[in-house]
Amino acid sequence: MTHQVSLLDYGIGNLRSVHAALAHVGAGVEIVRQEAEIARAERLVVPGVGAFGDCVDTLETLGLFGALERFLMTDRPFLGICVGMQMMVDYSEEFGRHKGLGAIRGVVRRIPDAPVGGPAYKVPHVGWTPLRRPEGADWRGTILHDCSEDESVYFVHSYAVVPERAASSLAEADYHSNRIAAVIHDRNHYGCQFHPEKSGSSGLSILSRFVSL
Amino acid sequence: MSNVRLIARLDIKAPYLIKGVNLEGVRKVGDPREFARRYYDEGIDEIIYMDAVASLYQRNTLEDLLAYTADRVFVPITAGGGVRTLADVEGLLRKGADKIAVNTAAIRRPEFIAEVARRFGSQCMVLSIEAKRRPTGGWEAYTDNGREHSGVDAVQWARRGAELGAGEILVTSVDQEGTRRGFDLELSRQIADAVSIPVMLSGGMGSGEHAIRAVRDGRANAVVMADVLHYRRLALDDVRREMGAVEIPVRRVAKRAVVQPDDQRAVGG
Repeated sequence: MTHQVSLLDYGIGNLRSVHAALAHVGAGVEIVRQEAEIARAERLVVPGVGAFGDCVDTLETLGLFGALERFLMTDRPFLGICVGMQMMVDYSEEFGRHKGLGAIRGVVRRIPDAPVGGPAYKVPHVGWTPLRRPEGADWRGTILHDCSEDESVYFVHSYAVVPERAASSLAEADYHSNRIAAVIHDRNHYGCQFHPEKSGSSGLSILSRFVSL
Repeated sequence: MSNVRLIARLDIKAPYLIKGVNLEGVRKVGDPREFARRYYDEGIDEIIYMDAVASLYQRNTLEDLLAYTADRVFVPITAGGGVRTLADVEGLLRKGADKIAVNTAAIRRPEFIAEVARRFGSQCMVLSIEAKRRPTGGWEAYTDNGREHSGVDAVQWARRGAELGAGEILVTSVDQEGTRRGFDLELSRQIADAVSIPVMLSGGMGSGEHAIRAVRDGRANAVVMADVLHYRRLALDDVRREMGAVEIPVRRVAKRAVVQPDDQRAVGG
């Protein structure tokens, strides 16, 4: 049976890679743009790049913000990627304060610059960084079911989610002195800070699990 | 910790993968689609496609290649060479590029960097700097694939480009390019110290030791390879192992069956 995935096109960023990766793992992908299509989606993927405020404003303008809030009240599988993940939490501090979807308690904050005198690192965080399993987190039955710790995935971001509850964090990534929330979740709702569609076979295994939820 | 990225650079004169010395005297190497797939299978962290003649003839021929790899190669892909308008950027992104490398158009009109960053995000705006050593010291940024003088100081240009919103810098030493004699480490270090964004270092990779020095002495965040991979002079696994042996963090590539469209259960099961 082909698993259906609805991929939200709200004019932000490039859907091609996500589309190709989902198709590669065997999903039937439908590009959706309308509130009604979100309402009836079996499984929804929301990508996002650039500034949080721009993404949220665009969703509002298109009348899709409420539809996403309602989708997230159901148990249907949801995957937010990069800014799509960041929008799942309460608000972001990027260029002023912007309200998010509030599906998972937390805020979005800039990765702090390297401390003076400490080891130098760059912001944005760009590159392949290993996933770590926080104490108490269980990857079995989740989108990380086939992943092992120390498996690296591709990140590119300057802002990161700071979840309010430790239990929301399914995987983390250490970027020098910063512990980055790499995967957040609540029931069947997942957010990945990294790009599974650009993370080689590790990312494909995550998408494959998502389309089988 | 963040892993140092190992990147394959494919210079393209459509429909061929080509390779030259000092960005000149090019030879055909083969079909870039096959090379891109091989590097992906071997665990390359990223791929760069550089259209070598686009700037000269004001055209871009990467689109077919991008379309082919977008469906098969699931690591970040940067496209560059002859990108001069926002429409060019959009076209390449639509075909499957994740980042766009800009050189000539940005030197002619630096605001182009800010426009690309604003419209598509800093994450996809890669400032490509092709630098040649000046006899009097320092480096000059060249345009048109290393052919034309700009009079611009490469290190100052990097700083300006970062301020304008570039997300990464691809530094190519024209002097070292294609020589396999090692990177221009001084150039790399000066640029890496001048900017807070990541630096990808290109031009001169000939051995694992060169990659190690690119990181240690050049302070590069990513090591770009071409000749050594195209001609199989080095195996990616060996480069990774050499770097790992001196505790430079590199990606541990997960060994698992590659997911194919028709047997997804091999992984999902």
